Amino acid sequence: MAELMYWQGILRAHDEEMARDPLVFAMGEDIGVAGGTYKATSGLFAKYGEQRVIDTPISENSYTGIGVGAAMLGARPIVEIMSVNFAWLAMDQLMNNAAKIHYMSGGRIRCPFVMRVPGGTAHQLGAQHSARMEKVFMGISGLRVVTPATPRDAYGLLKSAVRSDDPVVIIEHESMYNLKGEVPDEEFFTPLEGVEIMRPGKDISIFAYNISVHWALDAAQKLASEYGIDAEVIDLRALKPLDRAGIAASVRKTHRALIVEEDEAPVGVGSEVIAIINEECFFDLDAAPVRVHALDVPIPYNHRLEKAAIPNAGDVVAAVKKMFGR
Amino acid sequence: MDATDQKRLLREMLFARRFEERCAEAYHERQIGGFLHLYPGQEACAIGVLEKAQTGSDYVVTGYRDHIHALKSGMDPKALMAELFGKEAGCSKGRGGSMHLFDPDVHFMGGYALVGGPFPLAAGFAKVIQLRGGQEISICFLGDGANNQGTFHETMNMASLWKLPVLFICENNLYGIGTAIERATVEINQYKRVAPYGIEAAQCDGQDIDIVMSHAEKAVNYVREQRKPYFLELMTYRLRGHSMSDSGAYRSKEEVEEWAQRDPIGIYKRRLVEAGVVTEEEFHAMDKAIQDEIENEVVRYAMECPEPRVEDVARYVYTEGGNHHG
Ligand SMILES: Cc1ncc(C[n+]2csc(CCOP(=O)(O)OP(=O)(O)O)c2C)c(N)n1
Ligand SMILES: [Mg+2]
Repeated sequence: MAELMYWQGILRAHDEEMARDPLVFAMGEDIGVAGGTYKATSGLFAKYGEQRVIDTPISENSYTGIGVGAAMLGARPIVEIMSVNFAWLAMDQLMNNAAKIHYMSGGRIRCPFVMRVPGGTAHQLGAQHSARMEKVFMGISGLRVVTPATPRDAYGLLKSAVRSDDPVVIIEHESMYNLKGEVPDEEFFTPLEGVEIMRPGKDISIFAYNISVHWALDAAQKLASEYGIDAEVIDLRALKPLDRAGIAASVRKTHRALIVEEDEAPVGVGSEVIAIINEECFFDLDAAPVRVHALDVPIPYNHRLEKAAIPNAGDVVAAVKKMFGR
Repeated sequence: MDATDQKRLLREMLFARRFEERCAEAYHERQIGGFLHLYPGQEACAIGVLEKAQTGSDYVVTGYRDHIHALKSGMDPKALMAELFGKEAGCSKGRGGSMHLFDPDVHFMGGYALVGGPFPLAAGFAKVIQLRGGQEISICFLGDGANNQGTFHETMNMASLWKLPVLFICENNLYGIGTAIERATVEINQYKRVAPYGIEAAQCDGQDIDIVMSHAEKAVNYVREQRKPYFLELMTYRLRGHSMSDSGAYRSKEEVEEWAQRDPIGIYKRRLVEAGVVTEEEFHAMDKAIQDEIENEVVRYAMECPEPRVEDVARYVYTEGGNHHG
């Protein structure tokens, strides 16, 4: 098992899929000659040429639409939007066409389209480069939305997304491209549905995804060593569709739930997970579920304000302590 | 073109007219719901252009005024009418409706409600043709109003930059719903708007099918041989309101009357009668036969075939096996 960085996992998935199928191609701003903003497509231009590693003009909606059209004819485009903030401009093609084409054609046309978006709040990039859009994507019928938290899943989710006949949005994280982790040497596919238990525990379920998985794991360690609380950390990983059974199974075991998300709270992963818990296993709860989330503000530039706006492991520890009356 | 083909074309235009008129009746009887945009007055555009394309092989896409483009692409009128009636036997299994007709078997790639949405899809089809090294072309029919969308400019730029084999047909009917073209657009000659993108273009009468066909033949051949985009503007007029809910109060009686004199069916019929290809009697017999066929075969079929099962409402959101995992 090799240790790879997150970006290297994504690159390896591209390379394997492009080598396998001549109708897999990549497009996006600066992904070709320049090698990609986060290096996730570096070297592919030299290997596969400009027909399949396409540097696009800055026209998010229409190059997304070109990818969607190509997918409708059976190609498997991997479209990179340079930053999730710019995906707002591509929402028309993503939401009105990609997400709906299979349904509104009565299943006659498939759209095996992949959109990769570096998302999240990096460091001091300001309000227009710090959006988290998971709440938007996960609210759209017909899309699949996945969020890799590790290099293994950055690789494995892209592999599965390319093979899936559904449109898939992969939300990566701008602060995680250099994260290291083990990736199997042999070909590997991460399922596009289902949660993963990252740390088993019996006292409380902490639900997280993408970067917040790491906050949750840090918090769980501290809760165990300093407070004797044994937290189970669940990587939701697939935000659309959410794994209702997987969420409920953990809550039935621990009887407590906390959701930690990088996104601001009104309308989002936290509210959705709590709704699922209410619907699936309300009477298994020993305490009201709690969510830890970003403040409802455009992300500020100032580093102290930015830090205050985004949750961290300490916030998770504090919230859990409060739940246990410590 | 020999007399048999001329008669066939006349019949196709007349069939299109009667089909749309019958749709209007069914709408008033509430057998067809939703938005319904009909094509009378513009028949020579879709029928003339597609007469010169390789229907069934070339890919065709358009907006919401899509019935006749679908028929001329090879869709069965029964499957079309059944779709309008919301039936399971419809071309989109009753999930699409008038604005979302699909028939991938004959490469009719849809029917879209968002103005300007199909531009990039058409370029995406062309991208796949290019990757596969095929001889097909992609044909995109849209209105004058659509050219004020960003997707128009973005797609023209990329289609030209990447030498994508797309034929853009602009059916300029002088209005976008109730807004006259000169009140919305500085350059009212649409074919001039693609010059900055290095795309060859022409404008011609869209009411005389012989003129449409001669321009379409050149345009289709250009795209097929040169493997790059072309833009053809057809000057036309819709004789009905924008949709069934439009009174058309924004157009003067004189204007509508003037264009009614240039009805494409009237123009072609007069020409064929003068040339001795058809007689008045034959024309009336043809008309009667068409109306009988529409009533007894097409409408009856649409009325009698079953609706989708309510249990199937969530079918087609995802493809079967869309959760890929190796
Ligand atoms: C993105 C979007 N904006 C607005 C509308 C509402 N709308 C439907 S048709 C139409 C006019 C389009 O005019 P044109 O492109 O000239 O086509 P025509 O109907 O004349 O054939 C408008 C504004 C829409 N469907 N989609
Ligand atoms: Mg118009």
